[in-house]
Amino acid sequence: MIYQGKQKIWADYQKEIPDNHWFYVRSCIRQNFFPGAEKMFLEICREVLKKDFYETEYHTTCGGIAYHCDTIPQETVMTIVARQFSLMTEAGYENYVASCITSFGNYIEILETWREFPEVETRIREMLWKACRREFNKPKYVAHASDLIYKYRNEIASRAKFRLVNRFTGEPLRVVEHIGCHYSKMFPSKGVGGAEYPYVLCGMIESWGGNVIDYPERRHCCGYGFRQYHVKANRGYSVSNTYKKFESMAPYHPDFILTNCPGCPYFMDRWQYVIAETEGKTYGENGYGIPVLTYEELASLVLGYNPWDIGLQLHQVAVEPLLDKLGVEYDPSEKYKGLNEKELSRPELPGVLRCC
Amino acid sequence: MKENIVIIGGGIAGLEVAVQLLDLGYKPIVIEKRDRLGGHVADWNLLFPDMIPARDVVGNLIARASEANIFLNTEISFVNKLKDSYNIMLSNGISINTRIIVMTTGFALFDAAKKEEYGYGVYDQVMTNKDLEHWFNTGDDKRVNDSAMNAVGFVHCVGSRDEKARNPQCSKVCCITAIKQAIELKQRFPEAMVYCFYMDLRMFGKKYEDFYINAQRDYGIRFIRGRVSEVSENIDGRVIVKAEDTLSGKPVKVTLDLLVLMAGIICNTDSTRLANMVSLPIDSDGFLKSRDNVAEIIESPRDGIFYAGACTGPKTVPETLAEARAAALKVHLFIKGLK
Amino acid sequence: MDFGFKISPSSAINLDNVDLTKFEELHRMEPDVYKCMACGSCSATCPASPFSGMSMRKVITALQRGKEKEAVAMLRNCMLCGKCSMVCPRGINTRHLILSIFRIYREDGK
Repeated sequence: MIYQGKQKIWADYQKEIPDNHWFYVRSCIRQNFFPGAEKMFLEICREVLKKDFYETEYHTTCGGIAYHCDTIPQETVMTIVARQFSLMTEAGYENYVASCITSFGNYIEILETWREFPEVETRIREMLWKACRREFNKPKYVAHASDLIYKYRNEIASRAKFRLVNRFTGEPLRVVEHIGCHYSKMFPSKGVGGAEYPYVLCGMIESWGGNVIDYPERRHCCGYGFRQYHVKANRGYSVSNTYKKFESMAPYHPDFILTNCPGCPYFMDRWQYVIAETEGKTYGENGYGIPVLTYEELASLVLGYNPWDIGLQLHQVAVEPLLDKLGVEYDPSEKYKGLNEKELSRPELPGVLRCC
Repeated sequence: MKENIVIIGGGIAGLEVAVQLLDLGYKPIVIEKRDRLGGHVADWNLLFPDMIPARDVVGNLIARASEANIFLNTEISFVNKLKDSYNIMLSNGISINTRIIVMTTGFALFDAAKKEEYGYGVYDQVMTNKDLEHWFNTGDDKRVNDSAMNAVGFVHCVGSRDEKARNPQCSKVCCITAIKQAIELKQRFPEAMVYCFYMDLRMFGKKYEDFYINAQRDYGIRFIRGRVSEVSENIDGRVIVKAEDTLSGKPVKVTLDLLVLMAGIICNTDSTRLANMVSLPIDSDGFLKSRDNVAEIIESPRDGIFYAGACTGPKTVPETLAEARAAALKVHLFIKGLK
Repeated sequence: MDFGFKISPSSAINLDNVDLTKFEELHRMEPDVYKCMACGSCSATCPASPFSGMSMRKVITALQRGKEKEAVAMLRNCMLCGKCSMVCPRGINTRHLILSIFRIYREDGK
């Protein structure tokens, strides 16, 4: 691998990301998958970095999943998005940041469509007005939330309590990065680092002290894919793709996987359980799996937040071995305590995949 | 004969035009931007179909053109159009008045790094057709490891027949070059598996089909019809290539010790820059536009400006030489007609 | 545990794992087998092809991709009429080739 060759490509795909004043929209599914992630994003941006992030309870889904599952036409998605933009306009913001990769891809695709076919935009404006008497300005800038953590990565590094270094060996942690497909595969120029060698997560890992692993199936789908998983008959196909990725990364012995998409961390996390049950295979050390983190969770860990406050107990694959390597202190007895300090019920431990 | 004739480009086209004009009694001027003559061919090792050394072809041309006025390391700064002639200002400060310009500006190789998915410049074991010729010439390239050459692949059409690479046309010579290079590698590494990933094999020239049959039957080179979709690097630094074997209708993958990208032929940006200076049109394929593409390929739409070689599109060496001779004759007739 | 779905085997051909020992043996007997350029004349003219799926072109490709059983199964429909030899532009003696294939791949021929 020629690192300078990648740097040359990364230099071609850099974005001028505005520093402050963002209108934040959440993902439909992330709040169920890894609920700590979005909370921590706002916490870090607002409380640690003192930036202005606005969010409103009136925003809805972007319609992306339904659009990609072919259950609603593009005009409907566009009108939903137009309404989101009108909320942003109403709140007085021009920079729009999405938590979800599919939303991000959706917004970019729609804005590009409107740029190419202004008559479509005109029609959507009329539809939005008819539907709910709203008007909107298009955002000046659309970012994905990982773009912002990427932008703030060095600032976060300067406040970091932990580096991505194995404290037992002193070696940098080996990190697999996985980018959501809708981040830059549709519009390579809209993603930091482009589509073939995306840099957005690599930049965070490098800045926080880890080593990025580039393995043969790095570009491969995580296995989610709306039409794969959501159609029950296709679930075998979904897990097969995940299996292919794990088989390919296994020889590199990654310490953890970093992702920036709603579906990827969820499926790479949960399918490890299914692969363990059906194939008897586990990919971490000593029967554990490979922890899969979102970039917000990782930023929070690096900044020294309590792992149980950022929702790491919702991972299927035990994160404890990683916490030990990082030197993060945690109280195992606190893992399943609710906010009111009451013990919640503990999940049943799987048979093959070792968990805590 | 004091008539100035300016030949722009000192590759084989420019040299052959100069040789012919010298034989006709003229004293042409050859302008070459690099510090040596011979252009792309001088970087090549052996030439198909007879496997003669490129060095001999180029050396012979240089020797025979030595009486011409040759300016190396010289670029065209600007060209002024006068009433029925041109004033050419060179980067070395010399200015030339001429009625006759022969464009022998040649081509550029497609930058294989632009096909990011193939990993040229990113993966250790990926090289181009040009790099391989360099290795044939010098034996100097750490990507070729004599002790570990078990599997080698050639990717045809890199930056050719590719609308996304903004180069929809065929580069013409890469199919036969790939087969030539595959055979040469197989001769050096007889135990290696050699694969060619192709979309079509365009064996149009004299003895090319024989070459292809040779590669199949005598060298056992494996031809896989399918365009390589992506390349990655595995843990020991070898490359994994994915394509579809369209003949079996199945995805195919293979691990290789070396991958050679057949970088295509695109128009030289210097040609386009010069064309703008003298208001020459560019054809839809990006190359210089001829008066017509059947009978007058070597004539530009402007009186006194002629073309030879790959500035009007991908060409083989014999085609280029033939055009150069024809262009020299055109120049001669042009001068006679005016006098 | 049965989830109602499982990991599907990959249909991709991995050339790293294809054992070509028998094909090399075939090649020694029939050097012309490498000359096939997959034009399909043989399959187009084959009287057995429309009814049985027999295709000489596919057989030659399949043998090189390690799909020996598939190839031999196809060949079982051959009536050795020799029309394919007549049309092959590369002059491959396909009839002779078929007999050689049977000789070499016999054990796997079930």
